[in-house]
Amino acid sequence: MANMSLKKNEMPAQDPKVRSGNFKEVTLGYSKETAIDEANRCLHCKNKPCVSGCPVGINIPDFIAKVAEEDFDGAYDIISKSSSLPAVCGRVCPQETQCEGKCVRGIKGEPVGIGRLERFVADWHNEHSSTAPVKPEANGHKVAVIGAGPSGLTCAGDLAKMGYDVTIYEALHLAGGVLVYGIPEFRLPKSIVQKEVDGLKAIGVKVNTNTVVGKTISVDELFEMGYESVFIGSGAGLPRFMGIPGENLKGVYSANEFLTRTNLMKAYMPDSDTPIERAKNVAVVGGGNVAMDAARCAKRLGAENVYIVYRRSEAEMPARNEEIEHAKEEGIIFKTLNNPVEILGDEHKFVKGMKCIEMELGEPDESGRRSPVEKPGSEFNLDVECVIMSIGTSPNPLIRNTTQGLETNRRGCFICDENGLTSREGIYAGGDAVTGAATVILAMGAGKTAAKAIDEYIKSKN
Amino acid sequence: MYKILRKKVLNPTVTLMDIEAPMIAKKAEPGQFIILRVDEDGERIPLTIADFDRKKGTVTIIFQIVGATTEKLNHKNEGEYIQDFVGPLGVASHTDGLKKVAVVGGGVGCAIAYPIAKKLHSLGCEVHSIVGFRNKDLVILEDEFAAVSDKLCMMTDDGSHGTKGLVTDALKQLIESGEQYDEVITIGPLIMMKFVALLTKQYNIKTVVSMNPIMIDGTGMCGGCRLTVGGETKFACVDGPDFDGHLVDFDEAIERSSMYKPFERHKHEETCNLFAQAGK
Repeated sequence: MANMSLKKNEMPAQDPKVRSGNFKEVTLGYSKETAIDEANRCLHCKNKPCVSGCPVGINIPDFIAKVAEEDFDGAYDIISKSSSLPAVCGRVCPQETQCEGKCVRGIKGEPVGIGRLERFVADWHNEHSSTAPVKPEANGHKVAVIGAGPSGLTCAGDLAKMGYDVTIYEALHLAGGVLVYGIPEFRLPKSIVQKEVDGLKAIGVKVNTNTVVGKTISVDELFEMGYESVFIGSGAGLPRFMGIPGENLKGVYSANEFLTRTNLMKAYMPDSDTPIERAKNVAVVGGGNVAMDAARCAKRLGAENVYIVYRRSEAEMPARNEEIEHAKEEGIIFKTLNNPVEILGDEHKFVKGMKCIEMELGEPDESGRRSPVEKPGSEFNLDVECVIMSIGTSPNPLIRNTTQGLETNRRGCFICDENGLTSREGIYAGGDAVTGAATVILAMGAGKTAAKAIDEYIKSKN
Repeated sequence: MYKILRKKVLNPTVTLMDIEAPMIAKKAEPGQFIILRVDEDGERIPLTIADFDRKKGTVTIIFQIVGATTEKLNHKNEGEYIQDFVGPLGVASHTDGLKKVAVVGGGVGCAIAYPIAKKLHSLGCEVHSIVGFRNKDLVILEDEFAAVSDKLCMMTDDGSHGTKGLVTDALKQLIESGEQYDEVITIGPLIMMKFVALLTKQYNIKTVVSMNPIMIDGTGMCGGCRLTVGGETKFACVDGPDFDGHLVDFDEAIERSSMYKPFERHKHEETCNLFAQAGK
């Protein structure tokens, strides 16, 4: 008999007052009992609407059934058939607009906590399972993957499972891409990312760090080295700035820089060699998940007042509701319908404030969102010593500038067909390098689609 | 891990190392840089490539001991390894078609000016090198510069070696004496490059400067290395490190480079104390 409670089992979490002073994971995960109870809320609909909402097509009702039966290994096997990074997705996917958004239980009440169950299964597996992964039989074909972020790791994992000899080329010193440089420890512990990467290595994926494709080696050289196909998952690139006065003052960061210092370089730890400004008052400009991450990091680094400055209203914020709620619980101050016009500096060129103007919502623009309009004469100064610009990125130029015949659109993103094939034979791409800044799971979906297409391409040639 | 094949102390604060990095050596060109991390918890720092040997597969770095990271690096010996070494990053210096160039180096910046002078010389360009140091003890690469320069002006602040004065004094004299340069290439402290650019602006001589701002990833991701060049924001890691010296906003670059000075001083002291305690 299904559990007909209208509400999801709550996710245990660290107390907001405590957690805003540490970098430990915010949410603590379901217990075994809670997971089974939640799994029993699934009605096992015949047409499986949840699966259609999953970019990687996990067989959700089947894995939930296994959880209900207390067969967690069985549940893990089902998830891992479709997802290379379950412990990651269970934490960072926007389930509310994907699987859970389609869940029938959500029509009257809350949907089944699919993300929380996925996380439980992955964590249970990581903790309890000792079965060594089986290395698939080699098929003798080599594929190169550029970038060890979500799309690259997924593509590499899927190809390795098919028997391909896969090598990932990563520019940074650590694999994981945005999972290690961008998403903070308290939302996605780095040990989890490391486990997922180790899992890929165990099935034969090679990871070459410190290799910048487009600089250390070119895409064409990869083909000369015997790779039959190349997947580009080079991610988002150059941070955008607003173009307002004062953006080069000391204390103005891009979100990428602030998060990279904090997460990848561990600047939050007292013995780290990488410096970061620990300001008392911080403004984060933007309303996406990255802005929430930056704001919550700033708080944990000791800021008393952290402001989210966003030019539209909260309803238009691209960040996940859960992230917005978590940020609010931790005391982040939301200054919506405000836009920076200038960053003010002291005589030593350190930030001492940010001049903002109030906005109001006008007519809907081409994105369908009501466009913000300045309220004349409403300027005011926000007293801050640090400003973090989190208004998006444009794709990295290194590969497109060094690879002939790769077409990009006017924003600099690679142009691909629905399988991820670029304008050049054998070269596929996916993730933010194609879509511009998007989500981890969409990048994983693209990596998965490309892996299938690469397999078909190589088979068709041989 | 990347092996240190050779270590040479050039002066009390400047050290040269040849690092085994065949893939980088294969591609490196003068003007490009690498990013390294000495150990697992180390920071990423950019260093411009001082030389490379494609056959041996080595890349040469020359660094001044200014902070915790360079202190740690200097404590590594031949045969030991450094954690990470990535490159070559940035755009190579433009050397094609130049017939006569003044290469102006200051302090440890001479380590970067040298490979450019060497390349220009090998291309048949007339090279006038002007190199400046605080005093005789800090002079590096004098013989190397002499070997690739048609004219070499050695300048020291205190006159303890070569001519007493600043590099700008020597450059001004050469220009005034009628030397006509296609280009001036200058590498050294920001303040020196600023004044070289101000001088050459008066004579309308194209001037290229090599910027070395604070950087993290070095691949165009963090934006920490941004500079204002001709009123536009540029990223030194992917757009540079070479820029038109007449367009760079040096005052802003000087300010930005001082952002973490107190932290760096503190970390450096801490590191020195650790080494002192360990008796190294």
